[in-house]
Amino acid sequence: VPGAEAASLARAQGAAGAAEAIACAHCGLPVPAGLAGEEPAFCCGGCRTAWDVLHDAGLARYYDLSERRAARVESSGRTFEEFDHPSFHELWVRGRAGGLCETDLYLEGVHCASCVWLVERTPLAVPGVARAELDMARGIVRLAWNPAATRLSSAARFLDTLGYRPHPFRGARADALRRDEDRGALIRIGVAGAIATNVMLASVALYSGRFSGMEAEFERYFRWIAMLLTAPALAWPGRVFFRGAWSSLRGRSLHMDVPVAIALAGAYARGVANTLAGRGPVYFDGVAALVFLLLVGRFLQTRAQRAAADSGELLYALSPPTARLVEDGGTREVPAEALVPGMVIEARHGETLPGDGVVIEGEARLDRSLLTGESRPADARPGDAVYAGTVVHGATLRVRVERAGEETRVALLLREVERSAARRAPIVRSADRLAGVFVAVVLVLAGLTWWGWSRVDPAKAFDHAVALLVVTCPCALALATPLAITVAIGRAARAGLLVRGGDALEALAKPATLVLDKTGTLTEGRTSLAEWEGDDAVRPAVLALERHSAHPIAAGFAAAWPGVPAAAAAGVTSTTGGGLEGEVGGRRIAIGSPAFVLARAADPAGLAARGGAGAHTPVLVAEDGRVVARAGFGDAVRPDAAATLAALRARGWRTRLLSGDATPVVLAVGARLGFAPEECTGGASPEAKLAAIEAIARGGRVVMVGDGVNDAAAIARATVGVGVKGGAEACLAAADVFLARPGVAPLAELVEGSARTLGVIRRGIAISIAYNVAGAALAIGGFIDPLVAALLMPASSLTVVLVAWRGRSFGSSNRDRDGEGPVR
Amino acid sequence: MSVIYIVLPLALLVVGAGVAAYVWAARSGQFDDTTTPPVRTVIEDDDAPPSGDPK
Repeated sequence: VPGAEAASLARAQGAAGAAEAIACAHCGLPVPAGLAGEEPAFCCGGCRTAWDVLHDAGLARYYDLSERRAARVESSGRTFEEFDHPSFHELWVRGRAGGLCETDLYLEGVHCASCVWLVERTPLAVPGVARAELDMARGIVRLAWNPAATRLSSAARFLDTLGYRPHPFRGARADALRRDEDRGALIRIGVAGAIATNVMLASVALYSGRFSGMEAEFERYFRWIAMLLTAPALAWPGRVFFRGAWSSLRGRSLHMDVPVAIALAGAYARGVANTLAGRGPVYFDGVAALVFLLLVGRFLQTRAQRAAADSGELLYALSPPTARLVEDGGTREVPAEALVPGMVIEARHGETLPGDGVVIEGEARLDRSLLTGESRPADARPGDAVYAGTVVHGATLRVRVERAGEETRVALLLREVERSAARRAPIVRSADRLAGVFVAVVLVLAGLTWWGWSRVDPAKAFDHAVALLVVTCPCALALATPLAITVAIGRAARAGLLVRGGDALEALAKPATLVLDKTGTLTEGRTSLAEWEGDDAVRPAVLALERHSAHPIAAGFAAAWPGVPAAAAAGVTSTTGGGLEGEVGGRRIAIGSPAFVLARAADPAGLAARGGAGAHTPVLVAEDGRVVARAGFGDAVRPDAAATLAALRARGWRTRLLSGDATPVVLAVGARLGFAPEECTGGASPEAKLAAIEAIARGGRVVMVGDGVNDAAAIARATVGVGVKGGAEACLAAADVFLARPGVAPLAELVEGSARTLGVIRRGIAISIAYNVAGAALAIGGFIDPLVAALLMPASSLTVVLVAWRGRSFGSSNRDRDGEGPVR
Repeated sequence: MSVIYIVLPLALLVVGAGVAAYVWAARSGQFDDTTTPPVRTVIEDDDAPPSGDPK
C-alpha cells in the first residue's frame, strides 16, 4: 500500500529529526527545529511560560529533581474567573478555622513525584494560599486559602500554567462517606487481628498443656483469658456479621453472614459453657481467627470492586464547568450551571462548547471526535447546530444556547453511561445466590448431624454439629476469589493494565466478541501525513503557508517534516473549507482541497486523480498555476494493531470494527487489519454504538475497546469496557480496564492474564471445596471434634492464600512472583 | 509460674495500648492516602511549605 509506505517514511523522518533535536528546558522533550537556537530552548509556548513562572516564584529547584514530568505543558490559558463566582463558592467551598476557605480540585495530568513537589508548593508561588495537599493516586488537591489575601482563581491559574488543569471535584460527598467506611473497615481488621493473635497465644499454651500436662488452675486461667479476649472481637469487629445475618433473615434471603453468625455465636456459647464447667474443648481461637480472616477477605473484595463505582462522579467532574457569556457588548465567565436557553455564549480557539445551540456569528472548524469519533474536523457557519463537548478550532464562535446542563446531548450520553454501569449488577447477584445455596446446604447438614447424633449419642450431638459448621466455614471459599483477583490486579497494574474489579477478569478469560473503535484506538487518532507524491522542493513553501493556519492539516505537515526549514510567505489568504494561497519567494503557491486548487491551477500530470479512494483526505499543492504535488492526510494505523488482532483471533475471539468515522475510511482501515467487510460498521453515532453493543450483548459476552466520549456509553454497557491510553477521561471513567501503555498490544496480554487468573481462582475454589467436603464428611461421621475442625479451617485458608500468591497471572517474570504485596 | 497472673495482664495492657494507638491513627486519617506521603518524603526539602493539619 503506497499510503502506508509514505506514512512509515514520514515517521522515520520524524524520528531522525527528533534524535538530533535538543531537549526542552522544561519538559525534556525534543525541541522542534523551528524553535531551536535560543537558550534555553523550549518545545512549546506552554513550557516557556511554566519555566518563567517557576523561576519568578523561586521554584527553580524543580529542575534539580531527578524525576520530572516528561509531557508538554498544555495550559488552557483560561482566567478561571468562575472559580470566584458566588455560586461556585456555595457549591464547592467550605469554611475553615481562622477565616480560611478550603476546596478540593481535581487536577488533570498528575502522575509522578515531581507533580507532588510542584503542586504542594503553590503557597510559595501564590501568596495567600495557606496550604496545598495532593493525593497523587487520585489527582485531587486540597487547597486552603485566605479569601482576604487572594482569590481561588489565582491559584487555579498557577496550576493551569504548569499544565495541571483544575476542575471542581464533584465527588467530594461520596468520597467522604467512603473514607469513613474505609477507616471503619481498617479499624475492625486491626482490632480483630490483635485479638486473634493474642487468643491464639493463649490457645497455644492450652494445646501444649494438653500434651505436656498442665495444672488445672492454669488451664482454667488461660481459658478465662481467651474467653474474655474473644468477647470484644465478637462485640466490636464481629458485630458486622450478626447485623448482616439479622438483616438477611429479616429480608428472607440467605446470605453468607447467616452460617458465619451461627457458627460464631454457637462456638462461642459452647466455649463459654465448657469454660464455666471447666472441661471440654473451647473454640475461642477459631472464633477470633474467623472474624479476622473474613474481615480481611471482605476488605480486599470491596477495594477491588470499589473503583467501578467512581465512574459517575468522575464524569461530572469532567463536563466543562464554565461558559463565556456575551452581554452588554462584553463577555463574562460564569459557571456552566448558570447557562439557560436563549443566552449567547462565546467560544474561542481550543475551547470546549459548554452547551448545545446554534452558531450566530463566526466561522470555525469543530473537532467533534470526542462526541462522534469522526477524525476529520467539520466546518461550522452561522445557522449550524453545534453540541456541547465539541472543541472549537481556528476562530471564535458565538452561539445561542438551546440546551444546557443536564439537557445537552453529551449529558444525556453520560447519564446513559451511568445507567449502563448500574445495570451490570446481575453478575454480582449470581455470586450471592451461589453463596446462599452453599449456606442453606451447610445449615441443613448441621441440623441433620445434630438430629442424627442426638439419637445415637446425645452428649456428642452438639460438638459434631459445631464441628461441621466450623469445618465448612466458607472462609477459604470467601478468600479464594478476592485474593486471587487482588493479586492479579496488582500485578496487572505493574504491567500497565489497570483493571477495576474482578468481574472484568472473569469475563475476559474466555473468548467472546471483541468490538473495537477505530479513531484513536486502532489508529493514532491524529491527522497525519500518510501520502506524499510530487516535487519535494516545494516543501519549504508548503510549511511557510501552513504556518499561517491553525488547521490540523497544517499541524500534520509540520509534524511530518520537522527537519525542513520553513520559508517566508507574504500575502497569505485563507478560505474556510478550501485552502491557503500566498507568495513564497516570488512564486504563487496554493494549498488545499482538490476543488480549491483545481479552480486556480491546471493539472497536466493528473496528480489529482491518483491516490487511494476514501481512506485519506486529499490535499493538492500548486505552484504558479500548476499542480506539483499531492498529499493524503489520514489517521495512521497503530503499528501493533495487526499483530494483536491476529493473536486474539487465534485465541478464538470474534472481532468487529465499530466507528463513527465515514464508512469508506472504516472499510479501508478494516481491510488492512483483516476485518471482513461485514465486520466493519462506519458512521455510527454514540447512540448507534450503544445499540450495536446491546444487540451483541443479547447473544453473549461482548468486550468494547475505545477511547472517546462517543464510546463511553457503549463501553459502560459492554460486559467489559476497555479504554486505551490517551482516551477521553469520560471514556476511561466508564471503562473496567484501562490500558496505561500506548497501543493495543496490551489487549492480548490482558486476555491471556485473565485466563490464567481464572485458572488460579478455580484451583483455589476446588481446594477449599475439597477441604469442606472432606471435613463435612468427617464431622457428620463424628470423626473430628470442633478443636480439630478449628485447626483444619485455617489450614485450608492458608493453602488458598499460597495458591493465589504463587499462581501465575499477569507478567511472566519471577520478580513479580516473589515477595511484593498486591498494589492498589 | 504464678507470675503469669501479673505478667499476662500486663502484656495485654501493652496490646491494648497498641490497639488504641492504631485506632487513633486510622481515625485521624493516617491510612487514607498511602501513595503520596512516601513520594513526598523522598523529595522533601528545606523550603517546604507548612504541612497540613490532620483532616
